Amino acid sequence: MDWQKEIERGLKSAFPIVLGYLPLGFVYGVLAREAGLDLFTTVLMSVFVYAGSAQFIAISLLASGAAALSIIFTTFLVNLRHLLMSASLVPYLRRYHPSFLALLSAEITDETFAMAMAHYADHEPSLFYHFTLHLTSHLSWVLASFLGGLTGNLLGDPSRLGFNFALPAMFIILLILQLKNRKTLLVAGIAGALSVGIALLWPGNWNIILAACLAATIGVAVEPWIDRSC
Amino acid sequence: MDRQVLLVILGMALVTYLPRMLPLVILSRTQLPNIFLRWLSYIPAAVLAALLTPALFLPEGRFALVGNPYLLAAIPTSLIAIRTRSIALTILCGMAAMVLLNYI
Repeated sequence: MDWQKEIERGLKSAFPIVLGYLPLGFVYGVLAREAGLDLFTTVLMSVFVYAGSAQFIAISLLASGAAALSIIFTTFLVNLRHLLMSASLVPYLRRYHPSFLALLSAEITDETFAMAMAHYADHEPSLFYHFTLHLTSHLSWVLASFLGGLTGNLLGDPSRLGFNFALPAMFIILLILQLKNRKTLLVAGIAGALSVGIALLWPGNWNIILAACLAATIGVAVEPWIDRSC
Repeated sequence: MDRQVLLVILGMALVTYLPRMLPLVILSRTQLPNIFLRWLSYIPAAVLAALLTPALFLPEGRFALVGNPYLLAAIPTSLIAIRTRSIALTILCGMAAMVLLNYI
């Protein structure tokens, strides 16, 4: 049957993503417990938010006692990039009913998006394929968060095992993966400097949003000059 | 349970879902303005850099360049990150570097 083949393809696409999500979700679960979340809310966030970097950011902000509104706004900003992905899927999926797409889009992540786009380069779009890919990936993320959350409290003092550097290390690799050219490097440098400066002048964790928006705006403004000098 | 945390999760879920859903469901006929798309393309790197630098330079809320283990641990961690481009390996290396620095 056709749909069986599509489900099989979805599982195959999901496999490398699951391999990546299992350790990452586990680390998230451990860190969430250390930030003071209980097991239920730790898993709840993975079910309803399901966005790796935003979840890591949120627990580090929750632990530092940031305001709820500032955490939500930072999440919004970090996850705005999904607009681009959702928009890039339109040509492949526009023929399907909007209610299916409303469901399917809830589980778009960087990884599932990249995998689906690679798949559609030489396969026909399919909802069976796409839902299998999304649900399998999401399930592995939730499961790993649960296991990490269970383990979290057994580990004892977090700094003894270097867990106090897990989040900075996570930000380092995620940032390096984002640095695609000189322009993003410049924007990242400006954002980093502004963030420290604003944090020193004005406590309350708004430095992240302000620095990121300012730096991205500067990036767009200076683009013509940088393109010319290349 | 903490109601504050539940509210944060609910808010996060909403603001995460909308950018995922809206283009695919509603904007399928129109195009987002080009300048906004270019602005958006800078946001992930900008947000991550803005998160990272205070964690490294302001570990206790104060600016610290000398004798700062976070800054020191960031050096081998960045090298591993550039070399391997692996999320799991980088986190493990970062944690190991931090443990070693605590012993020295």
